[in-house]
Amino acid sequence: MSTHALTRHPTPSFKAQSHAAVNNPDLRQSFGGAMDFLQAKRASQFPDPEGFAELRRLSEAVRRRCLAKLPDLLVQLETQLTANGIHVHWAETPDEANALIHGLIAARKGRLAVKGKSMVSEEIELNAYLEARGVTAIESDMGEYIVQLAGEKPSHIIMPAIHKTKADIAALFHQHIPHAPYTEDVDALIQLGRNALREHYRQADVGISGVNFAVAETGTLCLVENEGNGRMCTTLPDLHIAITGIEKVVEKLTDIVPLYAILPRSATGQAITTYFNLISAPRQPDEKDGPREVHLVLLDNGRSQAYADEQLRQTLQCIRCGACMNHCPVYRRIGGHAYGTVYPGPIGEIISPHMLGLEATRDLPTASTLCGACSDVCPVNIPIPDLLIRLRQEAARPPSDMPLHPLQGQGASYRLTTAWVWRLWAAVYGHPVGYRLFSWCATRFRRLTPRRQGGWTAHRTPLIPAAQSLHEQLQRRRPTAPAAPESHRP
Amino acid sequence: MPPIASPSRPTDVYFFGTCLLDLFLPEAGLDAITLLEREGLRVHFPQGQSCCGQPAYTSGQPAEARSVARAQLGLFPQPWPIVVPSGSCAGMMHRHWPTLFADTPDHAQAVAVAGRVVEFADFLLNVLQFARHDHGDPTQVAVHTSCSARREMGTHLASEALVEQLDNVTRVSPAREAECCGFGGAFALRHPDISGAMVSDKAAALQASGATTFVTADAGCLMNINGKLGCGTQPFAGQHLASFLLHRTGGQA
Repeated sequence: MSTHALTRHPTPSFKAQSHAAVNNPDLRQSFGGAMDFLQAKRASQFPDPEGFAELRRLSEAVRRRCLAKLPDLLVQLETQLTANGIHVHWAETPDEANALIHGLIAARKGRLAVKGKSMVSEEIELNAYLEARGVTAIESDMGEYIVQLAGEKPSHIIMPAIHKTKADIAALFHQHIPHAPYTEDVDALIQLGRNALREHYRQADVGISGVNFAVAETGTLCLVENEGNGRMCTTLPDLHIAITGIEKVVEKLTDIVPLYAILPRSATGQAITTYFNLISAPRQPDEKDGPREVHLVLLDNGRSQAYADEQLRQTLQCIRCGACMNHCPVYRRIGGHAYGTVYPGPIGEIISPHMLGLEATRDLPTASTLCGACSDVCPVNIPIPDLLIRLRQEAARPPSDMPLHPLQGQGASYRLTTAWVWRLWAAVYGHPVGYRLFSWCATRFRRLTPRRQGGWTAHRTPLIPAAQSLHEQLQRRRPTAPAAPESHRP
Repeated sequence: MPPIASPSRPTDVYFFGTCLLDLFLPEAGLDAITLLEREGLRVHFPQGQSCCGQPAYTSGQPAEARSVARAQLGLFPQPWPIVVPSGSCAGMMHRHWPTLFADTPDHAQAVAVAGRVVEFADFLLNVLQFARHDHGDPTQVAVHTSCSARREMGTHLASEALVEQLDNVTRVSPAREAECCGFGGAFALRHPDISGAMVSDKAAALQASGATTFVTADAGCLMNINGKLGCGTQPFAGQHLASFLLHRTGGQA
């Protein structure tokens, strides 16, 4: 297993990684094709823009209401879960969460964990933590399993192995699964993977899962999945440990209705997933299956920082569908790994700074043209471009202007030279005389314009000002006479 | 039947030329003004104008964005529409100025000015009901709409409709028509590889669409895509929507 840590020690250079990714034709082609496919699938689920708008309005309202009441709902959730016999644990940091989970497993002398798909477990790098302490964690979601065999990290939050080709997977299975023949037949590959996983379910001491929605009113953990592996992980082993972020709580069971209607449609273009698990209690005395113990670990890891700011709080509305990355022209071209964070794409750009600080993630909010394709499809209407602009401001904030409750890493991008360039720009463009002088010089001395213009001319012809600005030309121009009306259109 | 005058059809408009058009594409600004005048409007171009402040705003420099935007606020004293021949600048003024000036003494003025900002294609189609004879030869044209015009201003249908109403022009749709061209202001300089990949794909899609040219109502996209196309060998380039419309409908009256 690779142990390079992507989350807590993000690689220093987004630029270097994105440069390598964008110049990798195989990656470009496979992501391009996958994104086209996913976009078309999602579009087929929302044939009517009004229908989407209405469902999104409902979903956004649920998320906003639940976040507004978050502190109370978390208390209610804990009370209700405890009453149902589910143990609740709180973790502020990834280390705390890892220690909690390992402690639970170690106390029962567990050696093998099977895991359902959980991005929060990726966020805390649980597998590596357990591995180092003698507990083997096996990913059971097929995509996660493939990525784990390859010693990699997910490149997408919903489709972790989307960067892998059939041939890659065939080679991996042939190499890692005992007696597996080399085949590129998809059904055969899935069967090979499922058979290998089935053995692990039988032997596992603990099942670990994520949570899509935690219902405060009833004390219910909801798990959305397609492969049935989530149900296996949460019913077969005697111990089930669920982990999720504190923002995943909803108030009422009925709140699930719009969220579950919009989540799979946005994510994979499915009207409904194959499995929807509602976990409300451990095995009861009269029941023949199910875990004997159920635990929930609620992780903060920077979410409180986002929560404290009214605008940035919108980040926490996210239901992790991945539609933003599926529609992002930048993600399409560099793939998920180039971001160097567990959450890639637009959602990663706005949430990673809270988890890792702006110092480590300062390039991420800049990795967007602000085109808005992400917010267009976001099922809970997160204004991602606005949040990116806000984070750019926070990263560039001068030391003289630090607020009372700073964001971690605030001001990390501040450079005196950059600040002065902008001040000079404002001096020129903010004063008519200065601007007139500047544009006069730029047009008169246009032949002196450098032909090498940094990143611009790496892919384009140089920008050369016109001989005379519009301002100047209009000073000498006489208005055009109106034309007679034409009977062009009935 | 003559075009039906909109009840809100003004006699006078302000024209905000934008900084990119001013320095790099002044002829597109002149063409836009000529088109408006030909429709019987008096067009006022305040000479004190420079930039909407967007470059600083999207680079995380709100103070500098505000000081440049503030210099524009007083240039539009009459209650006339402010026509902007660029979707992203119109989006900055219409949508972001009120936020930029929140909690400042200029907020009320910023909101009032922002409310009068209208994107050029939207104004031409929906306020002036622009409908002129097409004097050009039969041709196929692609329309590239900026992301701001599409998603902030919602005016991409106006550009498309203006092109489609020309009798001899067939509008073609390139692959992934709604995808960003990769400009993004400072993004093109900060992430040249990603931006370059995006504009290469956009240029290739436009060339493969069967169009003989493409038009756009946004100077940033136009400079970006034409800059890329200029590196190639094919004689294919785009033009501003205003220039295209003026040329097709008989030039100056």
